Amino acid sequence: MVKLTQRLGGLVLRFAAFCAALGAVIAMITSRERSSFFVLSLVARYSDLAAFKYFVIANAIVSVYSFLVLFLPKESLLWKFVVVLDLMVTMLLTSSLSAAVAVAQVGKRGNANAGWLPICGQVPRFCDQITGALIAGLVALILYVFLLIFSIHSVVDPFLLRKS
Amino acid sequence: MAKLALAATSGKGCKILLGLRVLAFLATLSAAIVMGLNKETKTFVVGNVGNTPIKATFTAKFQHTPAFVFFVVANVMVSFHNLLMIALQIFGGKKDLTGFRLLSVAILDMLNVTLISAAANAAAFMAEVGKNGNKHARWDKICDRFATYCDHGAGALIAAFAGVVLMLIISAVTISRLVQPNKCCSTAATPSVVP
Repeated sequence: MVKLTQRLGGLVLRFAAFCAALGAVIAMITSRERSSFFVLSLVARYSDLAAFKYFVIANAIVSVYSFLVLFLPKESLLWKFVVVLDLMVTMLLTSSLSAAVAVAQVGKRGNANAGWLPICGQVPRFCDQITGALIAGLVALILYVFLLIFSIHSVVDPFLLRKS
Repeated sequence: MAKLALAATSGKGCKILLGLRVLAFLATLSAAIVMGLNKETKTFVVGNVGNTPIKATFTAKFQHTPAFVFFVVANVMVSFHNLLMIALQIFGGKKDLTGFRLLSVAILDMLNVTLISAAANAAAFMAEVGKNGNKHARWDKICDRFATYCDHGAGALIAAFAGVVLMLIISAVTISRLVQPNKCCSTAATPSVVP
């Protein structure tokens, strides 16, 4: 009975992380805005900045991985491998999120010392959608940290207790 | 995977882990120090009044960019964590709470792996924007004017990425020690959690 609720909890967490990562990807891909600035027309796309491209790719990998692990059978020997992959995926998520937040912060506030002007004043809807995508990425990261601790608890602890 | 677990349970595995931790400590500490002391001042000619040029002095410091501040702080934290683990391994071998200690070391190592990878990546992408600029956002590159600042930053980034790889290996070894607890890092022969 305990094992069933454990497995169900793990499945729910992973499905929620899959949804969050997928939401982050979709929100960032569909963010595009055109604004006219006197005679200049500025089109803001997520692919203008390398950090956002990395964010999209990383979260796409994470969502595909979560989807595949959802269907892993209970008694498979691959569960130990899932612990290692969970750690690497958490690293991927946190690095992509922090890179995207670092660059988005420059876009929002600018950098007075380098002479970089903020762009959020001209494309506010783009900025809001990017913020939403970053929040979804943060939710996916938090869920994956819980999943990592959960995987270690369910894969490793039973071994420690059964070994005598 | 099985060979890694086997290596982690032998006495030599402890020395390898200690060596890895010392290397990671040195890498992250040097990254923090090099980026923390990163500063360059240059004087440029910004205009001409008649025949006399007007000069202005500009400084490039790491504090101007929040991502670099996060980089320095995170590297200091990770190197402190490694120092603590080294001290624990050398001096704390006689404690009895082996089950809890192994788990807490593993969890702390995982958290620090994510921290250092986040810091290194944020600084790397900010450095890429500084090096290449961005045509769409009309951000000029700064590396052609502050070459020494950029070079020092690149060196710190390389050290931090070496620290990321080392921390990942250390974390993998520590997690595999959870599966098969070894005897070298604790004088109690069997973990006290086992009934």
